[in-house]
Amino acid sequence: MINFNNIEELIVLAEEAGTPLHEIVIKREMQDSQKTRAEIMLSMQVNWQVMQASIERGIKNTEKSLSGLTGGDAKKLYAYRQRGYMGQEVLSAAAYAVGISEVNAVMGRIVACPTAGSCGIVPAALYAAKMERNVSDEAIVNALFTAAGIGMVIDQNASIAGAAGGCQAECGTAAGMAAAALVELAGGSPRQIGNAVALSIKNLLGLVCDPVAGLVEVPCVKRNGFAAIEAMLAADMSMAGIDSVIPVDEVIDAMNRIGKALPKSLRETSEGGLATTATAQAIEKRIYK
Amino acid sequence: MHGVFDIVGPVMIGPSSSHTAGAVRLGLMARKILGEEAVRAEINLHGSFARTYRGHGTDKALIAGILGFAPEDERIREALQIARDHGLEFSFQTVNLEEAHPNTAVIYLVGRSGRTARVRGASVGGGNIMISNIDGYQVELTGQYPALITIHHDCPGVITRVTQILAHAAVNIAFMRVSRQNRGETAMMIMELDEEPAAAVIEECQQADNVEYAFAIPAI
Repeated sequence: MINFNNIEELIVLAEEAGTPLHEIVIKREMQDSQKTRAEIMLSMQVNWQVMQASIERGIKNTEKSLSGLTGGDAKKLYAYRQRGYMGQEVLSAAAYAVGISEVNAVMGRIVACPTAGSCGIVPAALYAAKMERNVSDEAIVNALFTAAGIGMVIDQNASIAGAAGGCQAECGTAAGMAAAALVELAGGSPRQIGNAVALSIKNLLGLVCDPVAGLVEVPCVKRNGFAAIEAMLAADMSMAGIDSVIPVDEVIDAMNRIGKALPKSLRETSEGGLATTATAQAIEKRIYK
Repeated sequence: MHGVFDIVGPVMIGPSSSHTAGAVRLGLMARKILGEEAVRAEINLHGSFARTYRGHGTDKALIAGILGFAPEDERIREALQIARDHGLEFSFQTVNLEEAHPNTAVIYLVGRSGRTARVRGASVGGGNIMISNIDGYQVELTGQYPALITIHHDCPGVITRVTQILAHAAVNIAFMRVSRQNRGETAMMIMELDEEPAAAVIEECQQADNVEYAFAIPAI
């Protein structure tokens, strides 16, 4: 029986078996779902195809969402990608993440990862690696299992729902998952993966969920772009040999406690924060008149 | 712990797993419970569903489900027009159901033959749903497993008989719940199963003494 209750256990299982982290997650999934390896790999390949299609659609998107609040920004950022401070790879990743989120907002097809509100972060970081570094689809599909394993632990030991833990639970988890996948693709060890998750989540702790008019648009769509970049930096820091002082499972526990301490008004109810600014209230009035 | 594809997945139509994907599944569940094509849908929305349904496309999602579309179907955004084209009349009302889950819908359907179903359920996060009431009977149904439902006379022996039929067919019951409105009148039994029951098994349950109506709902 393969089982893990926290990231440390997952790392130790991979270290003891001498395999990449995704191998442990795949084996656990086979055991738990009673499906063959081929079936599971196929499901993840389909997810990766849908993710890529949503990116390609997103960076061309000019359609506005139902509310009119978002749409067209990914295209602008993608067109600008060679001229910015951050360089093409980073700005492409941000454009991909915003693009997927725009596709989500116009009722397009996406893969929740771990949620719809945070669906741009993991695919964007991986697609940038594919486009700029020629990482293979096969390696990316494997890395998606690593990302999933991280998300599964956070889901169990903290939360992945904005209504329960604020945005840190959605975009924070997604950034941790993306950082994990990137470290694996860069050839990092299971321990470096855990470290990247810790660095990534620490930086997003306390992030509240205060969406304008209750919609998955403002600030969610652009935040996906920021979080994708944040995940890349966490992966780079870990690969550079920088350690998180607080171990990853303690960071996840902190995220859980912070989520519980957040007032209800900042957990997806749109009763506080950005949602109660004068502009947001005027927008809400216009949409729901 | 959830599985890999609860975290990376599902493939869905946005923008919200709870307000869109979950809403499709609620509509789909109501359609499966009705057991035939719907010609009329009256939908009451409570809480966050009532407040934000237009911005999230919750109305389109519920109607898409009632039309039989899956949560990843790209026709969801056109569902209201498709419903009109198919002769499905629909209406939405916002209501206050007090203590209900904030993402609750009550879906009343009329089918082509005149059959009706009133289904109350909530979208409880990540696209997961919980049906809490069918035609006045308290239930707990998630749609994750195929289910066999019987409406039967509330008297001794019915449960034994139905579970015996399933046992003979080697169908395992994962979860089970019996509910009734009044003693000795009609009762409802819901069995969530590890596999879909064959048509012959459902038919045999339908023929059992004191069973008024037996039907299966596939996992959605």
